[in-house]
Amino acid sequence: MLENTGIAKTVFGRLTWESLPLHEPIVVVTFVVVACGGLVLLGGITYFRLWGYLWREWFTTVDHKRIGIMYMVLGIVMLLRGFADAIMMRLQQAIAFGGSEGYLPAHHYDQVFTAHGVIMIFFVAMPLVTGLMNYVVPLQIGARDVSFPFLNNFSFWMTTGGAALVMASLFIGEFARTGWLAYPPLSNIGYSPDVGVDYYIWGLQVAGVGTTLSGINLICTIVKLRAPGMTMMRMPVFTWTSLCTNVLIVASFPVLTAVLALLSLDRYVGTNFFTNDFGGNPMMYVNLIWIWGHPEVYILILPAFGIFSEVTSTFSGKRLFGYTSMVYATVVITILSYLVWLHHFFTMGSGASVNSFFGITTMIISIPTGAKMFNWLFTMYRGRIRFELPMMWTVAFMLTFVIGGMTGVLLAVPPADFVLHNSLFLVAHFHNVIIGGVLFGMFAGIAYWFPKAFGFRLDPFWGKISFWFWVVGFYFAFMPLYVLGLMGVTRRLRVFDDPSLQIWFVIAGIGAFMILLGITAFLIQIAVSVMRREALRDVTGDPWNGRTLEWATSSPPPDYNFAFTPVVYDNDAWWDMKRRGYQRPLTGFRAIHMPSNTGTGIILAGLSTALGFALIWYIWWLAAASFIALLAVAIGHTFNYHRDFHISANEVLNVESARTRLLTGGH
Amino acid sequence: MTVVVAPPREAAPTFHLVDEHEHAEGGSTMLGFWIYLMSDCLIFAILFATFGVLGGNYAAGPGPRDLFDLPLVAVNTTMLLLSSITYGFAMLSMERDRVGITQAWLAITGVFGLAFIGIELSEFAHMIHEGATPQRSAFLSSFFTLVGTHGLHVTFGLVWLTTLMVQVARHGLIQANRRRLMCLSMFWHFLDVIWIGVFTFVYLMGMLR
Repeated sequence: MLENTGIAKTVFGRLTWESLPLHEPIVVVTFVVVACGGLVLLGGITYFRLWGYLWREWFTTVDHKRIGIMYMVLGIVMLLRGFADAIMMRLQQAIAFGGSEGYLPAHHYDQVFTAHGVIMIFFVAMPLVTGLMNYVVPLQIGARDVSFPFLNNFSFWMTTGGAALVMASLFIGEFARTGWLAYPPLSNIGYSPDVGVDYYIWGLQVAGVGTTLSGINLICTIVKLRAPGMTMMRMPVFTWTSLCTNVLIVASFPVLTAVLALLSLDRYVGTNFFTNDFGGNPMMYVNLIWIWGHPEVYILILPAFGIFSEVTSTFSGKRLFGYTSMVYATVVITILSYLVWLHHFFTMGSGASVNSFFGITTMIISIPTGAKMFNWLFTMYRGRIRFELPMMWTVAFMLTFVIGGMTGVLLAVPPADFVLHNSLFLVAHFHNVIIGGVLFGMFAGIAYWFPKAFGFRLDPFWGKISFWFWVVGFYFAFMPLYVLGLMGVTRRLRVFDDPSLQIWFVIAGIGAFMILLGITAFLIQIAVSVMRREALRDVTGDPWNGRTLEWATSSPPPDYNFAFTPVVYDNDAWWDMKRRGYQRPLTGFRAIHMPSNTGTGIILAGLSTALGFALIWYIWWLAAASFIALLAVAIGHTFNYHRDFHISANEVLNVESARTRLLTGGH
Repeated sequence: MTVVVAPPREAAPTFHLVDEHEHAEGGSTMLGFWIYLMSDCLIFAILFATFGVLGGNYAAGPGPRDLFDLPLVAVNTTMLLLSSITYGFAMLSMERDRVGITQAWLAITGVFGLAFIGIELSEFAHMIHEGATPQRSAFLSSFFTLVGTHGLHVTFGLVWLTTLMVQVARHGLIQANRRRLMCLSMFWHFLDVIWIGVFTFVYLMGMLR
C-alpha cells in the first residue's frame, strides 16, 4: 500500500491506492465491463489502423458537420451512463422496503443520484442540443461553416474533457454526494472533504468554457453568415430557437462559472462566501446557481421547440402556422426565463411579495408556450400529415409536455409549492418536461436529420419499437412519482418504512425497464440502419420533401455545404425554390475558401482536463505544469497565420458532377 | 444585410450568388469578441452582486475604513486610465500605419499596466500583513475576489500585449494583427470600465459605509 507521505504526497497529491474503489463490488464489476469494452474498442481501432483516420478526419476537424456528429455521439454514450444510474436508483427504491436496505449503500446511492442529474443535463442534453445546432444551423442559413471553426473544435473537446473528468470519478475516487447543484454548506469542505465535489466543480468548469464559447460562436454565425435575402424574419424557426438558446447560454453560463469559482475558493482557499460563519451566506449560492439554472432548462427546451416546428411543418406539408407569433413567443420565453429563478426555492423564506412576483412570472411563461402549442396544432389542422418517426415523437411530445406544463404551473403557486417542494411530484414534473420535451425533441431531430448527415434513413421499424417503449415506459416510470409526491414522499430517499408505497415504486421500476428496452431498440435501430443502408439510401438530399435550405444540398453535404451561396426570397427557402422551378447550377464553379484542420483544440482541452484532474487531487506540480503548457500552446497557436486553404474549382466540379450522376440515376 | 425583393412569380429568379466574393477573413471577430466581453462582464456582475450582498459582513474584523488607502487607490486608478489613453494613441498610430510609434505606445501602455498591478499587489500584501486576509470575513473574501479577478484580467492583458508586440514586430501591421490589436483594445477599455465600477462601489462607497 502506498502511504501518502513525503515524496508520494508531492507526486500524487491525495491520490492513493485507497482512492480506487476496490471495496465496492458494483463499481469493480462496472470497471471490468467498461475496461473490457474499452480495450475491444481501442484494439479494434488499432487493428483496423483507424487512429490516423480518426485523428485527421474527426478529432482535428473544424467542419461543423463532423463536430456536430461527435457531439451527438458524446451525448448518446453519456446517455447510457446516465441511464445506468437511473435504473440503479429505480431498482434500489423498488426493493428497499420492509426492513430491506436495498443493494446500494448510502455512500454509493448519493453519488448515483448526483451523477445522474449532472450527466443527464450537462453531458447528455447539452451535447445533443449543441450537436444538432452545430450540424443544422449553418446548413439552414446557407453558410459554409460557423464563424469560428477552430473555436468550435475546441468547444467540443472541452465538453468532452468535462465528461471525461466526471467519468473518471467513477473509478478514481468518488463523485459528489450533494445532489446535482451541490448546495453549500453540504458541498463545502467541512461536510464534503473528499474529491467528489471537486470532480463536480472541475468537470463543469472545463465543460462550461466549451459551452460558453460554442454559444458565442453560434450567435455570430447566425447574425453574420446568413445567406443573402434571409432576413431575421425569414430564418427557419429552428435557427431562431438556436439563436435564443445561444443568447441564453452566453448570458447564463458565466454565472455558473463565477458561482462555481466562488465555491472552489471556499473549498481551496478557505474564503467565506457560502459558509455559515464569518459572514458567509449559503443562500447566496442557491440564488446564483439558479440564476444560471433556470435559463439552462430553456437552453435545452428551446431548440427542441424549434425541431418540433420544423417537423410539424414538413410532415404536415404546410407552412408553419403563426411563424411571427412563434418567433415572438420564443423571444418572450428567452427574456422571462431570467425572471423566475426564485421559484426553485419558494421555501427559502423570501416573503409573500417576492414569492408572489416569481410565482406570477412563472405562470406567465405558460402563455407563450401555450401559443406555440396552438401554432403546432393549427399547422397540423387540415394538413396532409405523414406519421413518420419524427412526427410521432412530435405528437407524443405535445401530449406529454402539456401534462408537464400543467404540473409546472401548479408548482408555480407558492402555497402549493410549500407542500410539494423537494417531493417526488417535483421529480415527476421536471422529468415530464425534460424527457417529454427535450429528449423526445432530440429523438425527433435525430430521426429527421439523420438522412441529411449520413445519406440514408433510420430504419422505421426499430424506430417505432423504440418510440413505443420510450413513451409508454415514460408514463409508467413517472406517473407513479406524481402520486407518491402528492402523498408526501420526498426525493433522494434510499429506504422506505411505509409498505403501502412499494407498489408505486415497483410500477416506476417497470417503466424504467421499458425505457431500457427503448434505448436498446434505438441502438439496434442505428445498427440495423447501417447494415440496411443501401435499402434506406436517399440520393435526392431531400427525403422528407423538406422546406428549409439544409435539404437543398446533397446528403451528406459536401465539405463546403453549398457550391454556390444560396439566395433567399421567402420563408421556407427550399420550398420556395422547388415551387418556382429551381435548377441546380452545373457549371461555373469557383474555388472555395475553407479553414484547415488543427490539433490545437484537442491538445488545449486535454491540458485543461489534466489541469482539472491535478486540482481535484491536489497534485500541484501537475497543475502548474499543465497551466503553463496551456498558456504556451494557446500563445503558440496564435503565431500560426496560415489556417486556411482553397478547395479548387475542379474539385468542386468533380463533387457536383458526382451528385448530378446520382440524381439522374447514372446517366 | 440588404433585403432581396422577390421578382415576379413567372420569372424563376436566380437562387444562388453568381458572382461570389470571398468573405473577408475574420468578419465576425469583432462581434464575437464583443459578445465574449459581455459574458465576461456577467462574471464581474456576479462578483459585484456578491460584494453587494456580503460586503457589509465584516465578522467583527476590519472594514473598508480600516483598510483602504484612498490616495493610493487614486494613483492606481490614474495608472489604469492613463494606460487606456496610451492604448488609444497606439490605435491611432496603427491607423496611420506607423509601426514604430504603435509599438512605443503599446510599450508605454504595458508599463502603466505593470504599475497598476504592482500597486495593487503591494496593497494586497499590506492588507494581508495586517491580518485582513481573504479568509477573515465574507467582506474580505468578496473584496479580494472582485479586485483580484480584475487584476488577473489585467495580468492576462499584459501577457497578450507582449505577445502582440512580438507579432507586430515580426509581421508588421497586417490585417490579422490589426484585428488582434482591436480586440485587445476592446478588452483593455472594458477593464477600465470595470475598474471605474470597482473604484466607485468598492472603494468610494466602502469608505461611506
